[in-house]
Amino acid sequence: MTSFLTGLGPIYPEIIIAIGAMALLMYGVFRPETDANAEATGWLGVLVLATAAMTVALDPPAPASLFEGAFVSDRFTDFAKLLVIAGSAFALMLSFDYFRRVKSLKFEYPVLVLLATVGMLIMVSANDLITLYLGLELQSLALYVLAAFRRDNVKSSEAGLKYFVLGALSSGMLLYGASLIYGYTGSTNFTAIAAVAQGKAAAESLGLIIGLVFLLVGIAFKISAVPFHMWTPDVYEGAPTPVTALFAAAPKIAALALLVRTMHGAFPGLGPQWQQVITLLAIASMLLGAVAAIGQTNIKRLMAYSSIGHVGYALVGLAPNSPEGMQSVLIYLAIYLVMTLGVFAVIVSLHRKEGQVVEIADLAGLSKTNLPLAFALFILLFSLAGIPPLAGFFAKFYVFAAAIKAGLYPLAIIGVLSSVIGAYYYLRVVKVMFFDEAKDKLLPVPRVPGMIVVAASVFVIFFAVFAGPVVDAAAAAAKVFKF
Amino acid sequence: MALTAVFFYIFAVLAVVSGAMVIIAKNPVHAVLFLILAFFNAAGLFVLLGAEFLAMLLVIVYVGAVAVLFLFVVMMLDVDFAELKAGFIKNAPVGLLVGGTVLAELVALFMARGFGAGIAKAPAAVMPTAASGISNTEALGRILYTKYAFFFQGAGLILLVAMVGAIVLTLRQREGVKRQSVPVQNARDPATAIEIVKVPTGSAVVPSAEAQR
Amino acid sequence: MTTLQWLIGLDPLPEWLSWLWWLLVVGVLSAAVVFGLLIIIAFLLLMDRKVWAAVQMRRGPNVVGPFGLLQSFADLLKFALKEPLIPAGADKGVFLLAPLATATFALAAWAVIPVDQNSWGKWVISDLNVGILYLLAISSLGVYGIIMGGWASNSKYPFMGSLRSAAQMVSYEVSIGLVIITVLLLVGSLNLTDIVNAQKTGIGTGAGLPASALDWHWLVLFPMFVVFFISALAETNRPPFDLPEAESELVAGFMVEYASTPYLLFMLGEYVAITTMCAMTTILFLGGWLPPLDIAPFNWVPGIFWFIGKATFVFFMFAMVKAMVPRYRYDQLMRLGWKVFLPLSLVMVVVVAAVLQFGGASP
Repeated sequence: MTSFLTGLGPIYPEIIIAIGAMALLMYGVFRPETDANAEATGWLGVLVLATAAMTVALDPPAPASLFEGAFVSDRFTDFAKLLVIAGSAFALMLSFDYFRRVKSLKFEYPVLVLLATVGMLIMVSANDLITLYLGLELQSLALYVLAAFRRDNVKSSEAGLKYFVLGALSSGMLLYGASLIYGYTGSTNFTAIAAVAQGKAAAESLGLIIGLVFLLVGIAFKISAVPFHMWTPDVYEGAPTPVTALFAAAPKIAALALLVRTMHGAFPGLGPQWQQVITLLAIASMLLGAVAAIGQTNIKRLMAYSSIGHVGYALVGLAPNSPEGMQSVLIYLAIYLVMTLGVFAVIVSLHRKEGQVVEIADLAGLSKTNLPLAFALFILLFSLAGIPPLAGFFAKFYVFAAAIKAGLYPLAIIGVLSSVIGAYYYLRVVKVMFFDEAKDKLLPVPRVPGMIVVAASVFVIFFAVFAGPVVDAAAAAAKVFKF
Repeated sequence: MALTAVFFYIFAVLAVVSGAMVIIAKNPVHAVLFLILAFFNAAGLFVLLGAEFLAMLLVIVYVGAVAVLFLFVVMMLDVDFAELKAGFIKNAPVGLLVGGTVLAELVALFMARGFGAGIAKAPAAVMPTAASGISNTEALGRILYTKYAFFFQGAGLILLVAMVGAIVLTLRQREGVKRQSVPVQNARDPATAIEIVKVPTGSAVVPSAEAQR
Repeated sequence: MTTLQWLIGLDPLPEWLSWLWWLLVVGVLSAAVVFGLLIIIAFLLLMDRKVWAAVQMRRGPNVVGPFGLLQSFADLLKFALKEPLIPAGADKGVFLLAPLATATFALAAWAVIPVDQNSWGKWVISDLNVGILYLLAISSLGVYGIIMGGWASNSKYPFMGSLRSAAQMVSYEVSIGLVIITVLLLVGSLNLTDIVNAQKTGIGTGAGLPASALDWHWLVLFPMFVVFFISALAETNRPPFDLPEAESELVAGFMVEYASTPYLLFMLGEYVAITTMCAMTTILFLGGWLPPLDIAPFNWVPGIFWFIGKATFVFFMFAMVKAMVPRYRYDQLMRLGWKVFLPLSLVMVVVVAAVLQFGGASP
C-alpha cells in the first residue's frame, strides 16, 4: 500500500502548489467577494509559490525518478523550476494593482495561476509522453482561461478564444506525433524510447521521424517559435497585461525546458534530425521577431514579437547540441525572465485616468513626467536589445559563443544581424520617451510593480557582478545531459 | 468465434458509417445523433475485446452525459444551414486542392520510402487473460491506482481547472435578482411571518414596509 | 449445451448448431422476461391509479373487469387502434425513433437483472460482471427518447420539456452514480448477483441474529437509500420531479404531439424504467430475493416472489409519493440535486471508504 507513496520528495513542489491552489479555492469561495479578500488570496498564492520554491531549492541534487520513470528530478529540473516559479510568482504580484484598476480583481485568478504553475512544473519534470501531455494540458487550459479573464472585454475574450483554438490544434498535433512515436518505439517513457530510437534503424524509420516532427511542432506552438507564432501577437495584445507578463515569462521557460528534456532524454539518437528543425525554427524566429516588430504601435504587440525573437535566440543555444549550448540556453532563460518581468512591470503600471496605456505613442515625453520609470524602461529595453554591459548582452554572448564553438557560423551571424535590426525598434521606444512632446501625466506607479521594476533594473545593470552563481548553476544543470 | 466475427463487422461497419454521417448529415442534430450511434458501436467493439468496463464507461460518460449536453447545445443553436452549405461549396475547390496536394505528397513519400518498420516490439498487452481470474475492472483499478496514480491525479487537476475556468468565465452575479434562501425560509415561523391586524370598520390597512418586502 | 446434446445425441456439436441453440435460449428467455414484465406492468399501472385514487378518496378505474382489473388492457386496445398523428413540421424519422428508443432502452435494462438464485442457477438472461454499470448506462439513455421527442415535435412546449429533462437527468445521474459507488465499496463486485449475496450477512448476523432484513444495505447505508430513492424518482421523471411533462406549465411536455402507438411506447418505456428502478433499489438496498427472515415459513417461499414483492413495495412508495408530494419548481430541483445530494453522497463515499479501510472491513 505504501510502496508508491514513499519517496515522493522530488514531487513535493507540485504537491504543495496543487494543495495550496485547492485550499485557496476553498478560502476564496467561502469569503465575501471583496477586493481585499481577493488580494489576500493572491498574496497567499505568492506564499505558496515561495514555499514551493524553497522545496525546490532544498531538493537533493542527485537525480531521482518517480512513478516508474514518468517523472524526473535533477539539477536541470531544479534550475528550470526555480525560474518557472519565480516567473509565476512575480507575474502574480504584478496583477493585483492592475486588476483593481480595471475592476476585475477575483480570487480565482491566483488559483488558476497556481494550477498553471503546477502544469509547468510537471512539464519541466516530464520523462514520459503522458506526463508531457498532462503537464502541457494543465498549463494550457489554465492559461486559456486567464487570457479571457476580463470576460467583458472584447479583446480579452478574443485572445482567450484564439489561444484556445490554436492551442487545441497544437495539442492535437502533439498527440498525433506522440502516438506515432509510441507506435514505432513501443513505449511512452523517454528512457525506453531513447534506448530504442538509436542508430540507422531509427534514422530510417519514417514514421518515427514524422512523429518527432509533429511533437516538435506541438511544442513550437507553445513556445511560439516561427512559423507557429501566429497566435502570439493577438493573444499578448488582448490578454490582460499581467497575464501577458505571465505568458511571456513562465510558460516559455517550461516549454523550452520540456523541449530540451524531450530531445535529449528521448531522442539523443536522432540528434541530426531534430537539430535541423531547431536550427530552422531559431533562424525564422530571430528574423521575424526583429523585422515584424518594427511596424508595431502597441507596446504589448511589440513585446510579443520581441518574445518570439528571444525564443529564437534561446533555440540558437539548443541547436549545437553541446554542453556549452545547454548552459547558454539556461543562462539566457534566466536573464530573459528578469528582463521580461521588468518590462511588463513597467507596462502594467502605465495607467491614465481613462484607462490603460498600451500605445507606444502615448509614452511620449515619459522622461519629463516620470523620469525614474522612463530610465528603468530605457535600461530594460537596452538590455533586451543586447547592448553591453547590460545582462541581455551576456545572454546573447553565451548563446552565440556556443554556436560558434560548434561551428554553426551562419546561425551566429544571422543571430547578430537580427539583434542589430531588433535594436532599432527598442531604440524607437526610447526615442519616443525621451525626445517627443510630453502628454498628460500618468497615474502614480503602484508600490509592488515599482519594486519589481527597481529590482529587475538593478539585476540587469549589475549582472556582471552576480553572474557567478547563475552561470555556475546553469553549468551544473547542463551536466545532467550526456552529449 | 464466427458469431464474434459477425458482431465485429456489424459494429465496425456501423461505427464507420455513422462516423461518416456525423460529417455528412445536413442537420446538426442528426449529426449528434449519429455521433451517439458511433459511440455505441465503439462500446460494442470494446465488449468484443473483453473490455466491458471501458465499454460501459464509454456509454455512461460519453453517451449518457457528454452527448446529452452536446445535443442540448446543438438544439439551442440557431444555425443557418443554407448559408453554411453555400460557404462549403464556395471553399470546396480550395480545400480539395490543399487536401489533395497533401495526400499526394504523403503517398509519394511512402511509396518512395515505405513506412519503415516499427523499430521495437509491440508492448505487452496489459489486459488480463481469462485464466488469470481477475476481471478487467479490477485489473484496471490495480494499474490505475498504482502505476498510473500520478497520471490519474494529473488528469483530475486538469478537470478541476476546466471546472474553475468554466465558472469564472460564465458565472455572473446579476444585480437585482431575488434569490431563494432555503435556510431563511425554513427558519420562518408564524411569529415572524404573520402579522395580525385589527381592522377598524371603514378604514384601510397599510402593510408595514417589512411585510411588503 | 448438455440439454441439446442429450436431445439429439450428437456429442461434438457442430459450431453453427451450438450458436443457433444459444440464440434460441437467449431469445426464449428474453421473450419470457419481456412478456412477464409487460403483464406485471399492466397491473402496476392499475395499482398506480388505484393508490392515487385512494389517497384522494376516489374509487379509481372500476369499470372494465372486476375491480377494473382489465383497465390497462382496454387502454392498450384504445391506443393501438387510434390513428397515429405526426405534426406537419416534425422531423419524421426522429419523431418516430424517439418512442421506440425509449421503450427499447427501458426493456434492454432487464437483460441483466437477476430475480432469483437457487439450485437451478441464476435467474438472469445475461450474468454480466459489470451488471450495475450496464444498468446505470442504460438508465441514463432514457433521456434520449425525451430529448429527441421534444425536439422532433417542432413545437415550443415539447422542446422546453426536453430541455428540462436533459438537465434533470444528467444532474441526478451524478448522485445515483455516487450512491452506487458506496454500495460497491461494501460489496467489492459490480455483479448484481454478488451484490444481493453480499447482503446475506451484515449488521444483524454480526450481532448474532439469524440472517434477516437487518443485514440488507438499506440499514447500513440509510442516508444513501433515501438519496437513491429520491434520485430514482427524478431519473424516471416521476412526480414530484415530473417537470418534463408538467401539465400545468407545459401541457404534457415532450409528449404533447404524440398520440396512439408512439404515445403508448413512451408510456410503456416510462413504466418499464420505473420498474427497473424499483428492481435496482431492491437489489442494491433491499436484499433482492433474500427472505426478510431466514427461518422456516419465509425461506420456503421461492426467491422470485420475494423479489417481486419487494419491487412492488418500492413501486407502492413511488405511487404514494406521486399522490402526496406537490411538484418541485425547476430551480428547487436543481438545488436539491447539486447542493444537497451531491455533497451528501460525496461525503458518504469518503466516509464509507474510510470506515472500510481503517475499520479493517474492506472486502
